[in-house]
Amino acid sequence: MDTSTNGFHSGSRLERILRGGHFAVTAELGPPQNADPEVIRKKAQLLRGIVDAVNITDNQTAIVRMSSIGAAVLALQEGLEPIAQMTCRDRNRLAMQSDLLGAYALGLRNLLCLTGDHQSFGNHPTAKNVHDLDSMQLIQMVVGLRDAHKFQCGDEVKGQEPRFFVGAAANPFGDPFQWRPLRLAKKVKAGANFIQTQLIYNVPRFAEFMELVRKDGTHKDVYLLAGIGPLKSPGMAKYMRDEVPGLDVPNEFVDRMTAAADGIDKEDKKGRNAAWRAEGIKIAIELVQQVRQIEGVSGVHLMAIEWEEAVKPIVEGSGLLPRPEVPAPVAA
Amino acid sequence: MIVAEQKPFEEIKGLIAEANKVLVVGCGTCVTVCFAGGEKEAGILATSLRMATKIAGQPKDVTHLTVQRQCEWEYIDPLAESIGESDIVLSLGCGVGVQALAERFPQAVVVPGLNTTFMGLPTEQGVWEERCAACGSCILGLTGGICPIARCAKQLLNGPCGGSQGGKCEIGKDTLCAWQLIYDRLQAQNRLHMLLEIQPAKDWSTSRDGGPRRITREDLRLAAEAAE
Repeated sequence: MDTSTNGFHSGSRLERILRGGHFAVTAELGPPQNADPEVIRKKAQLLRGIVDAVNITDNQTAIVRMSSIGAAVLALQEGLEPIAQMTCRDRNRLAMQSDLLGAYALGLRNLLCLTGDHQSFGNHPTAKNVHDLDSMQLIQMVVGLRDAHKFQCGDEVKGQEPRFFVGAAANPFGDPFQWRPLRLAKKVKAGANFIQTQLIYNVPRFAEFMELVRKDGTHKDVYLLAGIGPLKSPGMAKYMRDEVPGLDVPNEFVDRMTAAADGIDKEDKKGRNAAWRAEGIKIAIELVQQVRQIEGVSGVHLMAIEWEEAVKPIVEGSGLLPRPEVPAPVAA
Repeated sequence: MIVAEQKPFEEIKGLIAEANKVLVVGCGTCVTVCFAGGEKEAGILATSLRMATKIAGQPKDVTHLTVQRQCEWEYIDPLAESIGESDIVLSLGCGVGVQALAERFPQAVVVPGLNTTFMGLPTEQGVWEERCAACGSCILGLTGGICPIARCAKQLLNGPCGGSQGGKCEIGKDTLCAWQLIYDRLQAQNRLHMLLEIQPAKDWSTSRDGGPRRITREDLRLAAEAAE
């Protein structure tokens, strides 16, 4: 273990929170489809002090946005702890590694390694995709840079190596269901330190998944953060139930979202929206409390997509404020 | 086999617009069995072009012939005379056939009548599917005989990704998830343990990424050529 980080992989706040045994709270911040730093600064205000770390998405759903690393540095300047994200869709191993060197040099300490949504979902469907590495191999490469001080090709990193607390994604609702805990274990074997899951609405199904994870003992080797996201409207709930591959939204939540605006005049759009959003936040709080009871869940990852305002009431309503203070590691 | 499909008729008309004498050259191998560029298709296309150009008031002299294989010199060399007499050659071969004609007859203007699409097979009558991406380093022994390079939209070696649902790929309901197929096959064979191994980063240098590829078999070369 590298002594300069005092036994920590990167010494990031997220790592210290999790190693300290605290129930972690992360959120998601989507960079804008423009070059305006103010967008990040404004969103950062909504999350500062509310969560332990913030994921900065990387061309999410294959739509061009401000780079994850660039936006993460802006978030860092605003006092947030960023988790940069990197997909395998847009970069080959050369670009990935050079970006990682730059990201570390700019002060980033957490990295989430992803496959990436297919480009056909986004605004450049005619693009060529890369997938030089897959997410498993990306994890191996980032861990190799950190722990073996080696580039993917085997060459030594002479001088400062990039040190990231390495995350990976898991989708408990993807198929084949029985394979998902084993694929998670593979990511841990590749070197992932923490896992953030796909959005969870079907808690019993997630509990089944966690039972399989515990059976293999994987939960002891990785910190798993359960993905929770507030629903904005019945339309969104239906869309997620019917159209988004890899999501499992039980009808119960569609019904609850629909019922939330019962009795409010159809013309009163503002009133209906407010009622839906309040119900969405209420459901999210319930989900946080339910997943927290499941053994092996070390925290929650809140994905309030383009609705960062919802994070604070969810964290507060879940009784997770204030966030714990964790001292920075002292160099040995 | 190599699977191709005919270009839209309007595009083909555009490609031959400048010529008066057009020679359509079909191919008797892969594109014949996928009904894209064989004897029959070459004949129909030549007739269609004659009719269309006549209706448009600028009739072209369109003839057609088909060779057994457009991708070997010995089959295309006999075309020298016919090609020499035409203004343009519209090849209904795959991309290899088009280039073979262009390479063997450098004076000829050769244009493609097909879009060469993939290496695959007919899964049912009228349906062809991709099976091989010619990556140059076959891993089918690790994946139950199902290729994730050709059949996974993200070419994952450690799949499936989170977008696999109900056996389908996230890109569309018509596309099967290759990794679900691999999982099912290996499970049925009691070989699921093979998927627990992390497949390392692939060496793409044997694929197109390494530059145009060439195979040299010294044991097969003729003495004169080998001595060059």
